[in-house]
Amino acid sequence: MTVAAKAGPATPAGPAASPLTERRPLGDRTFQIVALASGLLVLVILVLIAVSTSQQASSWFTSQGWKIFSTTWNPTNGQYGALPFIYGTAVTAVIALVMAVPVSVGIALLLTEVVPYRWSRPIVYVIDLLAVVPSVVWGLWGILVFAPWIQHIYASIGSGVNGIPVLGSLFGPPTSGASFFTAGIILAFMITPIVTSLSREVIATVPAIDKEGAYALGATRLEMIRGAVWPHSQGGVVGAVLLGLGRAMGETIAAALVIGSSATITSHLFAPGYNMPSVIANEFGEATGIQRAALMGLGVLLFVFTIIVNIIARGIVDRSARRKRGA
Amino acid sequence: MAIATELQGPDLREPKGWRRTQNRIATVLMVLSFILVIIPLGFVLFTVIAKGASVISWTWLTSGPIPPNVAPADVGGIGPAVLGTILITGWATLMAVPLGILGAVYINEYGGRGPLAAVVRFMADVMTGVPSIVMGLFIFSIWVLHFGYSGFAGALALGCLMLPIVIRSTEEMLKLVPNSLREGSYALGATKSRVTVTVVLPAAIGGIVSGALLAVARAAGETAPLLFTILTVSAVNPNVFSGPNTSLPSQIFVNASSPFVGAQARGWGAALTLVAIAFILMVVARFVTARFTRYSR
Repeated sequence: MTVAAKAGPATPAGPAASPLTERRPLGDRTFQIVALASGLLVLVILVLIAVSTSQQASSWFTSQGWKIFSTTWNPTNGQYGALPFIYGTAVTAVIALVMAVPVSVGIALLLTEVVPYRWSRPIVYVIDLLAVVPSVVWGLWGILVFAPWIQHIYASIGSGVNGIPVLGSLFGPPTSGASFFTAGIILAFMITPIVTSLSREVIATVPAIDKEGAYALGATRLEMIRGAVWPHSQGGVVGAVLLGLGRAMGETIAAALVIGSSATITSHLFAPGYNMPSVIANEFGEATGIQRAALMGLGVLLFVFTIIVNIIARGIVDRSARRKRGA
Repeated sequence: MAIATELQGPDLREPKGWRRTQNRIATVLMVLSFILVIIPLGFVLFTVIAKGASVISWTWLTSGPIPPNVAPADVGGIGPAVLGTILITGWATLMAVPLGILGAVYINEYGGRGPLAAVVRFMADVMTGVPSIVMGLFIFSIWVLHFGYSGFAGALALGCLMLPIVIRSTEEMLKLVPNSLREGSYALGATKSRVTVTVVLPAAIGGIVSGALLAVARAAGETAPLLFTILTVSAVNPNVFSGPNTSLPSQIFVNASSPFVGAQARGWGAALTLVAIAFILMVVARFVTARFTRYSR
């Protein structure tokens, strides 16, 4: 009797409903809801960032109108133009990319196509180590060791190119150890790990059969890279470079220490300048009123710029990854 | 006979002349790019160790308050900053890691191939690119303006920074767990939450922990989100929830722009401490990956 009663619910024809139509236990549904909420948290935070910072920045927009994009930043006179910082951000990011991208792609190719596996692991460790050095340590080293040293190099380059039309206005005097160029170099060190690791991932997806085919046709390694690896990984590498650009634009503390803190627009790359994140870091603490709103507004602009760059970059990377899966 | 003459002919396997030179140049350039990266890294690590090692001692790491910038290097310690870093990063970890793991569970276990999961995954990727200073401004405007400066505000900012990193690394690990494990558990009658908590997550725990450790290492070194959330004070503040606090990175930031030798020396000491913490976390993450990862790519 007891046996039958126990066995009852287990049989399909028993009084209990089939597990398929049964409502799922409360704990199970709660867990799903909590997981969903955690996932949605990302979207909520992104929206909150946009809304709350814009709100704090609104008095900058309302009080200055289109003058927010003027070329003068002079808090004592109540002038809050963002252009010097946008210019500085663009200049330092371009300098960083020009230096970091060839090096990163070179290392990625070295890791995937040249060295054997047992050598590639230590190289990856070293690159990871580069990523582990905190931004502020790069800044400390940059301002106390690197800038004083490289200033002599700037000075000799500056006197060398003085008077030559284009070079003279880019690299001529006056020079300073803390400058656009120093910030660009430090940023280049900092974005190299991410550009390298993403390029490496992309390049590693090139089918071995393509590479072997190229070798079988008698290609040298360089010709194989040009003919088989590059066409296949071009898109992904562009995405990796854009992600590096996003990092270079938003990297704050190292740049704040070595950029020279001067809100000027100049073509002299060896002159002190400013970029968006570093002016926020340096001035926000003491700022009040419109200045605080203006710095918050620079944060909003920075957020918008980096989000756009990241969305484009991720789109490119995802698309090239999908194409590979489909192939 | 015929074979012997063939062997004496030109070696067809090796390309000659310009093509070969080009290939060599390319290889040399690749090696050179790696050397170009080692040099600054070596310089930074060498300088940090050379200038920081003489400052660091157990009493220096634990005593406080932090002396004013004009004080010489052998006075006082940076105990408050060490404690602040541990507390703030710890709270950030407590918030970001569970939420990040749950978010990844949603993307991989519940969302599946649906559009919402794709949006969340994409936005988590995008969020990793949000500059850390923007996170600081964000927490300043939603928290500090209402509740004042505190270590917890800093932890919130660092948590925002860690969350997407944890989500993405955990999700990558969950993807590697074979479906047969899930199906086997369902066949035994387990609910989805039970399968996730007792089968899927334990199977991926090695990778999840190492991803979380790397996120912690990244957050511990961040300065920008802390500047306007915790301020930088010299006294020790064990209460995370009220009153300004300090941390190693923000202390380095203040000392780096100081002209005083003593302050700079303290900066180097703090930098070495910070690099050591990040390095240890990285090594532990590697160890966990090597020791506890069951499924890998």
